Amino acid sequence: MRELTIISGKGGTGKTSITASIASLAENRVVIDADVDAANLFLTLEHKLIEKEPFQGGHKARIDIDSCVGCAECLNRCQFDAVFEKLDQDKKPTGKFSIDPISCEGCGVCAHFCPTGAILFERQICGEKYISTTANGPMVHARLGIAEENSGLLVSQLRQRAREIAKKQKIPLIITDGPPGIGCPVIASISNADALLVVTEPTISGMHDMQRVIRLGRQMNAAIYLCINKADLNIEASEKIKEFCNHNKIKFAGEIPFDRAVVESMKMGQSLVTYSPDSEASKAVKLVWKNVVEFMGDLKERLI
Amino acid sequence: MIITVASGKGGTGKTTVAVNLATIAAEKGSVELFDCDVEEPNAHLFVKPQNITKKEVSTMIPSVDIALCNLCQECEKICRFSAINIVAKKIMVFADMCHSCKGCLMVCPTGAISEGARQLGSVLTGYSKQGFKLTWGELRVGEAMSPPLIKKVKDEINNLYNLISIVDAPPGTSCPAITTLRDSDFALLVAEETPFGLNDLTLTVEGLKKLGVPMAIVINRAEESKGIIDDYAEHENIEILGKIPFSKEAAKICSKGLFLVEEMAEIRAIFQKIYQKIYCKIVKTENKGEIK
Repeated sequence: MRELTIISGKGGTGKTSITASIASLAENRVVIDADVDAANLFLTLEHKLIEKEPFQGGHKARIDIDSCVGCAECLNRCQFDAVFEKLDQDKKPTGKFSIDPISCEGCGVCAHFCPTGAILFERQICGEKYISTTANGPMVHARLGIAEENSGLLVSQLRQRAREIAKKQKIPLIITDGPPGIGCPVIASISNADALLVVTEPTISGMHDMQRVIRLGRQMNAAIYLCINKADLNIEASEKIKEFCNHNKIKFAGEIPFDRAVVESMKMGQSLVTYSPDSEASKAVKLVWKNVVEFMGDLKERLI
Repeated sequence: MIITVASGKGGTGKTTVAVNLATIAAEKGSVELFDCDVEEPNAHLFVKPQNITKKEVSTMIPSVDIALCNLCQECEKICRFSAINIVAKKIMVFADMCHSCKGCLMVCPTGAISEGARQLGSVLTGYSKQGFKLTWGELRVGEAMSPPLIKKVKDEINNLYNLISIVDAPPGTSCPAITTLRDSDFALLVAEETPFGLNDLTLTVEGLKKLGVPMAIVINRAEESKGIIDDYAEHENIEILGKIPFSKEAAKICSKGLFLVEEMAEIRAIFQKIYQKIYCKIVKTENKGEIK
């Protein structure tokens, strides 16, 4: 089984649109939307929801006001400024404490040291996990609650679920639509992936950001391929990116022109290659995918 | 006054709006710019700051003196993040997992644990040719946790009445974006008229309601006719402060790291209007505060 993760560093380069097309071109695959706090793949890939389950994230502390004696032990020990003194209706201090759930890191230190056991430390439901069917195989996706944490944990759980499905149904490929950035959900999206497809754009920001995410990919020992989206917006910059790939031995999978058909397909809730198979961008994505399949054919089998 | 530029979806033009707005603001008064997208900071690529100073930033992780450790496992028990464990009768610290809660330090009965450090990245500052100060964070590649570094960037904000701080937020609606948006006086949402753009805008608006931050919208790469964002904004009663029309010329200018307000007169006029509207809004709210 192979795992390919699509990343970019910079947001909005077209990861999700390209993932939707690739998921429509690959004949037998599981696709994951790992951009859990701004999930979009479900909007552009026709699917039928078949399973949902709550996402149990981390714990959060909560003070039972009746048991709080106001000793301030929690206030003094919290490293995240989550504890504050509760005010009454007239905004006068009550001498008792409360916890801001958004600031709470879920470390449990306050609950451990509370002398009266007034601090409850409960596991939170932070979102929902979904499994859907699509034309070419299952889609594993999720919705992280607003302002919730643990996106990395959620991504790891989605990937685990996808592996189970792939194993059971003998599906040879998992494609993951990664989040932007290089932080915890990105690390969770690319750890143990066989290969990364970096989707960049010919802009000063796109080039800067792709270099950081490529460094991360290298640290994590994944094979790295790259394609340029909206390549004709700045041809000189696109040439520079190709040079960069050449110089750094990154396999270049192709370039996709700016095409209004991409947004049109999104508006129709379909992938580009399904909605507009003969558009220029569609032809280019097909070529990118053909190259990526060929590149992945050269990968050594994983030991585990 | 802290004005944070946010979006939910990546690539809608947050950085473009932030740097161009800062340029306009610098012509009218005192402004500082902060880039809190520490995973992928880009504002400095446009601002090209001079006289850069760089400060390394780290977070606390436990450092164990093996000679003092009696393998009591108290640290392992309190740690919720599997960052300190007894493996084969030896205490091991998994630095990348640590959230710096100091629980292990607090429970260790023998004083075997002291404060060590893990590099988070750096906080940098420099000055634009227009004269405003830019502060930005750069997360170390391989570091998973961006919120602690975002907090360090925000620590550099001087929240004074007559100083405008424009903050460029990271994409998404989870901890990095929320850490950035907290304590903002005003959020400027950069939206794009696509189904993805609308979906993620909706999530960000819900987040801002939770945080109690007032907001308004700027539509980037706007079409001429009314679109899905107009309908949504009307429904939610959120003001649209301006629309930056789609043009390949603008896209090309941004791709080179140049300022739209310096290259295109019509876009400069749009940014001036947006800035005026924000200024009126926040000055008005501030006056209300003073009357109280």
